[in-house]
Amino acid sequence: MLVFLGKRLAFMALTMLAVSILLFLLLEVNGDAVAVKVLGPYTTDEQRALWLVANGYDRPLYVRYFEWLGNILRGDFGQSIRFRVPVSEVLWPRLANTAILGAVTFGVMIPLALVLGVLAGMREGSRLDRSISVGSIVTTSIPEFASAVLLTFLFVFWLGWLPGTSAMNDGFAWRELVLPVTVLVLYGFGYIARMTRASMAEVMQTPYIRTAVLKGLPYRQVILRHALRNALIAPFTVIMLQINWLLSGVIVVEFFFAYKGFGALLLEASLNQDIYLIQACAMVAVFVAVTTQTIADIGYTYLNPRIRFA
Amino acid sequence: MSDTSAVHPDIAPRPPLPEPAAPRALRARLTGPLRPIGGALALLRESTVAMIGAGLVGFWVVVALLAPWLAPFDPNAQFVPFAPPGAPHPDGGTFLLGADHLGRDILSRVIWGSRAVLFYAPVATGCAFAVGIVMGLLAGYKRGWVDDVLSRLSDIILSFPILVLYVVIISTFGASGINIVLAVTFASAPGIMRIVRGLVLDLRNRDYVAAAQTRGESTAWIMFVEILPNARGPLIVDACLRLGYTIITIGVLGFLGLGLPPPDPDWGGMVNQTRSMATFAPHMTIFPVIAISSLVLGFNLLADGIREISLKD
Repeated sequence: MLVFLGKRLAFMALTMLAVSILLFLLLEVNGDAVAVKVLGPYTTDEQRALWLVANGYDRPLYVRYFEWLGNILRGDFGQSIRFRVPVSEVLWPRLANTAILGAVTFGVMIPLALVLGVLAGMREGSRLDRSISVGSIVTTSIPEFASAVLLTFLFVFWLGWLPGTSAMNDGFAWRELVLPVTVLVLYGFGYIARMTRASMAEVMQTPYIRTAVLKGLPYRQVILRHALRNALIAPFTVIMLQINWLLSGVIVVEFFFAYKGFGALLLEASLNQDIYLIQACAMVAVFVAVTTQTIADIGYTYLNPRIRFA
Repeated sequence: MSDTSAVHPDIAPRPPLPEPAAPRALRARLTGPLRPIGGALALLRESTVAMIGAGLVGFWVVVALLAPWLAPFDPNAQFVPFAPPGAPHPDGGTFLLGADHLGRDILSRVIWGSRAVLFYAPVATGCAFAVGIVMGLLAGYKRGWVDDVLSRLSDIILSFPILVLYVVIISTFGASGINIVLAVTFASAPGIMRIVRGLVLDLRNRDYVAAAQTRGESTAWIMFVEILPNARGPLIVDACLRLGYTIITIGVLGFLGLGLPPPDPDWGGMVNQTRSMATFAPHMTIFPVIAISSLVLGFNLLADGIREISLKD
């Protein structure tokens, strides 16, 4: 187990390293382009040359990379060009907002998806199964920005129940969280529900479930005590991987509802070519994604006794 | 099965269809050569879901192909701003779906927009599959260090949240059709490679592969002629799903302002440009939303239907 843990952590570190190289090459390989982005397009060549020397861009690429990496490891991401403050000052509050959005989304989505998935997988091919499956295909097919438009029409313009933006200018408000969470849940729950359904349907066909049914256990007990334990191992991995998906989803939803979160920040940074902010956001996003992936792997191994005791 | 392809599809015995995607799917069965479209349609008739999906996709394909004849007006010409659906057009005719904030006919823009999305999505998905299949075949068949390198490489790319990757790539290299194709290829090929690799790991030990090796066939021949055709079943289902995702991706990028450059119509971009005015002119936003949702739904239903049909056998 320890060897496995060590391997996973080492792989995680390697992935982060590779991603950092990739990002650095993507954004900073050309010093002149960086100078244009930092100083703006209406600067003279001399101004840019001076800036490049002053900021150490005349040194070889690998020296710059390691210095950059060292700074990042100490939490120094540089200055945001757009906001004119250190990147970390903008980044962490935004990340906290997104964590709230993500936590509420997961709190709604996971129970919903698991219950629907189990209900559908319990009796494969039943009418309930078919309607849940088709329903989840439909919700998954509607892009987030499209369902956001439809829900806004319904609940904001027509019924007038909810606010159309979620900027939270007057402090935290649950009402402003409803639409973003609904959009994310609608788009995301189908995948987990389908995984749960497949896993449940497979378990229901195993001999030990047949044994449990034949020895006269009530159906409810067969499901709760015997089927669920094994059926939920596969969805667990998928749930952890959904955090990776959520980091994509929040970009659209936060932009649409003007929620001051991490996704909107990354988009704003990208649209304005704020390269240090892009680097910081992308590194944080990948870090969160890789960490949850690692936890998922470890958790899967731990949950599955066939692997744990092997 | 190859001898049945000459028989009329309705009386031909149903060819065995491959298993669905993972995990049971790894037993892709031997199937005949790609059957004619008539045969495929006869198969689809077995699943209502697949028929609905094929209908939706077919509808948009026809619309895209016939765009110049179906669109009543020039999609970029400006007439009457905010004209409501059914309003008369100054040159005669009507704005069936209304006009947008610049006075452009929305019906014409939705029709021409289908062309953009149905061109770039298949091209991007096709490129991703070409790269992913070659990577997967190499990794699965050659094993050894090739497998290690390709697998680690895809692990790294797959660790990115996908839209973060798209936003960073597209904003760095600029928003254009070719960059969208490249970004989709870069981001999707690793996922396809994993599926292909899994299938190949199973197929490479089959007798016909051993026979080909004994005959002295080249590696490329074995990979592309012996193994690939037998792995195609799960790949077709995956391609349908990925086409849907790519359409969503193109729509989302357009919505985020990173899509195909204006003024040519692009469904995601249309939503983005008009949503702030949706309070008083909802028709400008709602039709592109319906268009993209129905097209993606078509591909997803098609994928689900094909999987369902293949499970019946």
